[in-house]
Amino acid sequence: MPLLEAAGIKKVFGKLTALDGAALTVGENEFHGLIGPNGSGKSTLMKCIAGAEVPTQGKVSFINTDITAFTPTERARAGMSLKFQITSVLPTLTLYDNILLALQAQCSLFDLVLSRTRSTLHDQVMSMLTQFRLANRAFDAAAALSHGQQQWLEIAMALAGKPKLLLLDEPTGGMSLEERRVTGELLQPIKKHCSLVIVEHDLDFIRDICDRLTVLDQGKVLASGTVSEIQANTSVQEIYLRRA
Amino acid sequence: MGAAKQAVQVDVGDETDVPVIEHAPSERETTRKILPIVEGVVLLAALLAPLVLQDYLTVFATRVIILALFALSFDLVWGYAGIMSFGQALFFGSAGYGVALLARDLDITNIFLVLPAGTLIGLTFALLLGGFLLLGRHPSSVIFVSLGTLTGSYAADRLARGWYYLGGQNGIPSIAPMSLGGYDFTEGPAFYYLVLGILVVVYLLCRFLVRSQFGLALAGLRENEQRIAFFGYKAQHLKAIIFTVGGAIAGLAGSLYAFHEGFVWPNMVGVVVSTQVVLYVLFGGSGTLIGAVIGTVIVEGVSFWLSDNYRDIWPIILGLLLLLVILFRPLGLISFVLGERERVGSFGAKIKEKRNAAP
Repeated sequence: MPLLEAAGIKKVFGKLTALDGAALTVGENEFHGLIGPNGSGKSTLMKCIAGAEVPTQGKVSFINTDITAFTPTERARAGMSLKFQITSVLPTLTLYDNILLALQAQCSLFDLVLSRTRSTLHDQVMSMLTQFRLANRAFDAAAALSHGQQQWLEIAMALAGKPKLLLLDEPTGGMSLEERRVTGELLQPIKKHCSLVIVEHDLDFIRDICDRLTVLDQGKVLASGTVSEIQANTSVQEIYLRRA
Repeated sequence: MGAAKQAVQVDVGDETDVPVIEHAPSERETTRKILPIVEGVVLLAALLAPLVLQDYLTVFATRVIILALFALSFDLVWGYAGIMSFGQALFFGSAGYGVALLARDLDITNIFLVLPAGTLIGLTFALLLGGFLLLGRHPSSVIFVSLGTLTGSYAADRLARGWYYLGGQNGIPSIAPMSLGGYDFTEGPAFYYLVLGILVVVYLLCRFLVRSQFGLALAGLRENEQRIAFFGYKAQHLKAIIFTVGGAIAGLAGSLYAFHEGFVWPNMVGVVVSTQVVLYVLFGGSGTLIGAVIGTVIVEGVSFWLSDNYRDIWPIILGLLLLLVILFRPLGLISFVLGERERVGSFGAKIKEKRNAAP
């Protein structure tokens, strides 16, 4: 049984059909890349999976549960986590507080009011910051970070709740080559406990870290398979050539 | 920018797994804390006020302290949780009416009964209205909440005006004074110190709350509600809870107000008072508790002085003043002395100090 199974997803915005029966299946501890030309519906499919959009038709199952109608909060509590396309770290809070905010999300109200987990979560906050190479900036406001660092902080926050599935929408957008390489390194260790769905324009990056790929074109799945299968697929080559 | 860029390269270039932690503490950590100083000064001034003020001014100051308590309730809701409540007077006024009825119809004026009763009334109304406005399955929009609270307050005003039992347009006059054993709290220094004591206690409780991990969740809520919902926070519950706490504090303030003034009237639940409290908080600085208190004192003080000296045009002058502050100091007067970093606060700060002291 796959971890995530989205089938027959249709999403209509007014007259525009963004998704027309798209599907995505992700197994456990699998890094799955979602690629396709601009406007092919990658981000919309991501949002339908994460709960930011409700699909017009179709079904999303996660760990054998139908979550199509779940709110984002319920999805997060079921073990799904999303990193937005536009960085949405909380700019006025320190890095430390950003991570703490993400870590304490499922603490009881009682614990929050009495700050009972403040000291127990401290080590986790620092180890996450260290893992994402941000520890020396722990007490700076998140707004002071470079764009690439904000993306890392955001990935760290998305991972804080120990999700089973992490959805990354263009994690390397606006990053330098070097920052992209580091992002790939930072993502590798999570494979032990977490699956990944990643929307990305940078095909080299995708090829380096993903096990399987799904190619969308005009709201439909054009192809899905391992990285080498997709690379050999002629229709995929065609749409990418057409675009270029 | 240059420094940040450089830092990236240093970090990235570092091939070892663990970077050195905190070799240079940032400047901000070493700056003085302004907020406790401001709080101390305000408290000292409030403690000394009745000793230097004439009697009629002590009565005025008591009213201001009660309104400051009311302002705290709005500040929690708007300044900390980002819920635009244009109907905060609903909780203030309904508690005022409630305790006035207790005194009029049941002869209950004991301070240990009426104040909890007023608090409970405010809490109940806020729970009902907040539950309705905030607890939908999907997040409610700012405009829905602000219009909903505004309508609630307006409706209560109309209801109070039209209902004979509540005294109609005239409200309920000559409320018996609040009592404790055989002692009656009438206007004057005793009443002043009573409300000041209550303000200090409520202030400290709010301070504890907004600096707790719950306060961090509230900070996330006001900055980006959608984001924290994706972390798994029950954002709507958090909002309903803080809205209810705000309602309870407004109820406490409303019951004190009713007994201090000796009467309640429909304006007290209406839109005018609801707007007034918004102005106090915006003027002083929302998102800081002391800002709400300072805003109330200054707006009320300036109105008092202006209305004495410029009998006809004072509301215009006051309006202009408020506009100027809101245009040029959107974070309120407190932002003259308080930086952004300290206003938002740091929620892991205590641990940081401990650890820095350890080695």
